[in-house]
Amino acid sequence: MTRAAVRSAGRLAWPVVAIAVVAIAVLVLPLVALVARAPWAELPELLASSAVLEALVLSFGTAILATLLCLVLGIPLAALVAHAEAWPTLPRRLLRAAVTVPLVLPPVVGGIALLMLLGRRGLIGEWLDRAFGITVPFTTGAVVLAQVFVALPFLVFAVEGALRSSDRRTEAAAATLGASRWQVFRHVTLPIVAPGVAAGGVLCFTRALGEFGATITFAGSLPGTTRTLPIASYLAMQTDPDEAVALALLLLAVSIAVLLTLRDRWLPGATA
Amino acid sequence: MTGRDQAADAAGRPGLVVDVSLSYGATRIAAAFDVRPGHPLAIIGPNGAGKSSIIAAVAGLVPLDAGEVSIGSRRVDALPPERRRVGVVFQDYVLFPHLSVRDNVAFAARMRGSRAAARAAAEPWLERYDLVGLADRLPSELSGGQRQRAALARALAADPDVLLLDEPMSALDVEVRDEMRAELATHVREFGGATVLVTHSPADAATLADSVLVLEGGAVTQRGTLAELRAAPATPYVRRMLAASDA
Repeated sequence: MTRAAVRSAGRLAWPVVAIAVVAIAVLVLPLVALVARAPWAELPELLASSAVLEALVLSFGTAILATLLCLVLGIPLAALVAHAEAWPTLPRRLLRAAVTVPLVLPPVVGGIALLMLLGRRGLIGEWLDRAFGITVPFTTGAVVLAQVFVALPFLVFAVEGALRSSDRRTEAAAATLGASRWQVFRHVTLPIVAPGVAAGGVLCFTRALGEFGATITFAGSLPGTTRTLPIASYLAMQTDPDEAVALALLLLAVSIAVLLTLRDRWLPGATA
Repeated sequence: MTGRDQAADAAGRPGLVVDVSLSYGATRIAAAFDVRPGHPLAIIGPNGAGKSSIIAAVAGLVPLDAGEVSIGSRRVDALPPERRRVGVVFQDYVLFPHLSVRDNVAFAARMRGSRAAARAAAEPWLERYDLVGLADRLPSELSGGQRQRAALARALAADPDVLLLDEPMSALDVEVRDEMRAELATHVREFGGATVLVTHSPADAATLADSVLVLEGGAVTQRGTLAELRAAPATPYVRRMLAASDA
């Protein structure tokens, strides 16, 4: 009997099934409620308001920029993390920890940390302000930086996973055929991990688009400059719940679109 | 035995001189041998003996603990793999999965020039290795024998001084092995340069190589022609291996 046949023949105890059903409800019911209570009739009008459009353009613009930055920074970092497998334990673990921290850190902490670095009295910010008159916090650039900080690990781990599952001997083969290290990376490594890069980029984009805590802490909520969709949605909840729900629906739609793009590839828990 | 005295044969191909020690995990591997152009050497031995490590060391893919690798008058052990002019047919062939057969064969030329020039340079190799009809396929769409031909064409199109073959028959179905082995022997003869073959099969050694080096547990236990090994097997492994191949 095949493994799949054995698995489907196995039966779960009923308490396991019952609790799993409750778990599904926890995950799905809020979204059902959001869709059910949405002001569908007024939706076009709500989404066409200038404040919403402003937030929409800002959110997509910053999330795309953050994703591009993550690609530029994250692919080499993923290559280094994969390469670090051969390193001694301590530096290897430190590198991995540095990449993992933003995943487990509350985003607000990330925002405060960014302020401590780049704020007017920050480690680098004070010098930037004095030497060049550059202020980073509470600008659109700060929104992008906050998004990069929280989204980068998603890209790095997706690409690193692709590197790990690829046959590294192709790189050795390329070297014996006269390829320099850069040519190996450019002509062999990068094309082979391209699907991982694409999946990582999509995950990175959604994480950046949904960023709230680090953004509001480090960049604030200035309409048109730093007030992204999640922040606009949260603020609207105080004044115009219909608008908040409309914005939430918009973000939900984007998430579902991403889910459909990725299907079963590269989602957390997938084995490939 | 100094290979450099006979550095180049009549066809101008250099010989290979190897005298190396290296580590693979806990195994210490040491081997010294010369290979004359046109007289392929088979390194034969049980799994884990260090055969593939020696090939990787000659290609520059693993570091040496000590020793030297020379090709003709060129000492190459300090050079990176891309500057050694050592062609490798890897176990399972390791073709580039994202490139067509044409672009696999054109790879070495592509590293030195434009895509168009590289593809033009690959054309005669595709013809010689009967790959023209397969040129636009991906490696995943080839049979084992076709992959072997593509891997050989890819390695030889780089115009290497030395050719290394790592278990070239092991990825093939048993039914096609004899035929592919004869074909490979023809191509190795045509290459004419110094060739080293790693295998655990005396049949491969008999068809593809002039002489044999037996490696067990990281050390050379016997060397000579297959007939010499047969006449006086130096270890139980050699005796068993030859007996199994006669059965």
